[in-house]
Amino acid sequence: MTILANILIVFFISVGVLFIVVTAIGLIRFPDLYTRAHAASKSATLGVMCILIGVFLYFWLIEGHFNPRILLGVLFLFITGPVGGHIMSRSSYIAGIKPWKGTVKDDLGPEIERMKKEQGIK
Amino acid sequence: MAFQILLNFTLAFIWMFLSSNFTASGFLIGFLLGMLAIIMMRRFFKQRIYLVRVWALIKLTLLFIKELIMANVQVLKLALSPKLNMQPAFFALPIELKEEWEITLLSSLITLTPGTIVVHISDDAKTLYIHAIDIDDVDEAIDDIKNSFEKAIMEVTKS
Repeated sequence: MTILANILIVFFISVGVLFIVVTAIGLIRFPDLYTRAHAASKSATLGVMCILIGVFLYFWLIEGHFNPRILLGVLFLFITGPVGGHIMSRSSYIAGIKPWKGTVKDDLGPEIERMKKEQGIK
Repeated sequence: MAFQILLNFTLAFIWMFLSSNFTASGFLIGFLLGMLAIIMMRRFFKQRIYLVRVWALIKLTLLFIKELIMANVQVLKLALSPKLNMQPAFFALPIELKEEWEITLLSSLITLTPGTIVVHISDDAKTLYIHAIDIDDVDEAIDDIKNSFEKAIMEVTKS
């Protein structure tokens, strides 16, 4: 039973670390802000969540201490992670950061132009 | 839906008073019996029975966890592939959801699913502007995913 619990804990924590490393590599390698937002908002969320679940399982199965605060932390990460990615990419588009030249299609440009004209923002 | 759940709780408390058994198990038995009574009386409610909606919510959660894991595998592949040959794109997606919290939920789900991030929501809340990391092979698949998500959310919220 302890072996099974240990395998589970090691699995969750190593998967979490793997995803966080992938996030870091993606942040260095991807060409522009918007593609980096993909790496940052997805992999980081799942990575930290996996590590928290591993910590939760360790304290629950090995130490016999059920800690609901960790589960709440997982829930809050779930809610706030995607919102952070959305807000950062939206505000940088409005601030005028150009997408990578390999971007094949841009429906958003005209919409932002129209919005800026309506609201009188330069 | 809230009314039905409240009714179920009330029935559970009535059961506890009837059997003068003020424990968690007494409450649980009363809750299950009340659920049975509500299922039998379902034609008197205007809305759907709330269990259907709870079931739809569970299905949405499972779908979401599956998509989250797939999204991360895709980012992993892209970040570790030797050549960067992706084709990012911004595209518009018309949506039919009305309530603000439904749109928030949908955009959170889209942001955490493979290859897409919601960048902007139009002022009339009828269009989502989405950044896709690789438009080439995803374009149609994305629309399928959106349809499945939007359908799943509608399944939860329709009365």
